[in-house]
Amino acid sequence: MEWVKLRSLRSTWLTLAITVAGAVAIGVTVGVNTRNAHGDLTNNALAGVVPGLLLAGVLGVLTMTGEYTSGMIRATLAAVPRRPRLLAAKAAVFAVVMLATGEAATFISFFAGGLALQRGITPPTLGQPGVLRAVILSGTSFCLVGLLGLGLGAIIRNTAVAVTVLVGGVYVAAQFAALIARTAFGYMPILIVANSLSTTKPETCGSGSSICPHFLSPWAGLAVLCLYAAVALAVGGWVFARRDA
Amino acid sequence: MIEASGLTKRYGATLAVDGLSFALRPGVVTGFLGPNGSGKSTTMRLIMGLDYPDRGAVTIGGQPYRRLRWPLSEVGALLEAKAFHPGRTARSHLLALAAAGGIGRSRVGEVIQMVGLESVAGKRAGTFSLGMAQRLGIAAALLGDPAVLLFDEPVNGLDPEGVRWARNLMRSLAAEGRTVFVSSHLISEMAVTAERLIVIGRGRLLADTTVTELAARAGGSLEDAFFDLAGDSVEFRGGDPAGFHAGAPPGPGAGAPGQRPGRGRS
Repeated sequence: MEWVKLRSLRSTWLTLAITVAGAVAIGVTVGVNTRNAHGDLTNNALAGVVPGLLLAGVLGVLTMTGEYTSGMIRATLAAVPRRPRLLAAKAAVFAVVMLATGEAATFISFFAGGLALQRGITPPTLGQPGVLRAVILSGTSFCLVGLLGLGLGAIIRNTAVAVTVLVGGVYVAAQFAALIARTAFGYMPILIVANSLSTTKPETCGSGSSICPHFLSPWAGLAVLCLYAAVALAVGGWVFARRDA
Repeated sequence: MIEASGLTKRYGATLAVDGLSFALRPGVVTGFLGPNGSGKSTTMRLIMGLDYPDRGAVTIGGQPYRRLRWPLSEVGALLEAKAFHPGRTARSHLLALAAAGGIGRSRVGEVIQMVGLESVAGKRAGTFSLGMAQRLGIAAALLGDPAVLLFDEPVNGLDPEGVRWARNLMRSLAAEGRTVFVSSHLISEMAVTAERLIVIGRGRLLADTTVTELAARAGGSLEDAFFDLAGDSVEFRGGDPAGFHAGAPPGPGAGAPGQRPGRGRS
């Protein structure tokens, strides 16, 4: 049922297409403007991922809150009254679709960004150390942030509030963490994506490391993102099962 | 087939349903009557498991709704108009429900034909008028060919042809042995559609009897019998229209002249 619902909405396909197109466009733009041939070119090509996460997260929220705003939740619960199972099905279908979209976005961005590099700067190839990992792991971030959105949507059944919390938590909180809690900086979702998942080698700040935020290793970053999504879905599921519809 | 015992539900400070107990029989259309705010929609939501009762329970064939193996094949419900996503076509909406209920795709075409929506099945449900939306809701209720049917104001928005069609549909469904529960405000429609009646007011059961018996209490008029029974339970009472003329001088105190003195809640 959830797959039929997801695929039968025009807006879903539109949003997914824009997510991919946006990521690619930004990657190409960064590639065209790259001057430093020795920087992390993969990370540059994947710069379009972070803005795209917003769309993925909002789509996740809407997958849940759309049922409440339209009144569809009554028909859905009539068909599948066991609520944990319903949320699991939603999450599974959404995760698969978002994973495919995310990987498409990152792979296309990578190649397009590479092609856009100016002459004299060699584009990175997938065979180089850390590159394939960076591309694949960044692709999963769409799925994980989307699932975070789905969980938030289940907890906060109002679209506007849930999107606000999503944007606030994912984007704005990172700015505050930069100013106030530097040790937590590396755990903020977009920082994880930008600095842990999409880098080919660990980020260091060279000397003066006492003021440098600690970024997670790629796999640790993936684990933390999974943890955020899992907690959001678990709380969402618990709340969904207990409350009146 | 549907049995409620001691159902109680409170929303914040409001007691919506208070110790409601009844049993619905298969093979008859049972009407559900009551003033606005009497707890009819809440009762239907409790039957469907959309809300959880504070006390008491309601079962369908002995099971609470969420334990039914294939819910759509056992209970079909039309609760509120437009319970679907506006961006989805009518056919997709039904296909999604069919997928969840293990119902074949051909059945979707059947119910679309049954309710008369063939010409607009491919249109997005957000473009539907109220009457079309009601028909889609009825189609969704019929999808699983269920033994129990719940209808909340099914003829809302339907044209006279639709009203008659709905009435005949409900009676034929009951004649096939199904349990049909219809909530409505149209007493005259109820008189020709239903055989049994459940009347509630302020969340409490006022009557659980047949149409003929209730009408007989007031010399044959179901409407009079209803008002005799439920008149005191009305929550929202409008003022006397005779006092609403433009240009009429306002009376002393609150409201226009001729307005009925406010009835306190008992």
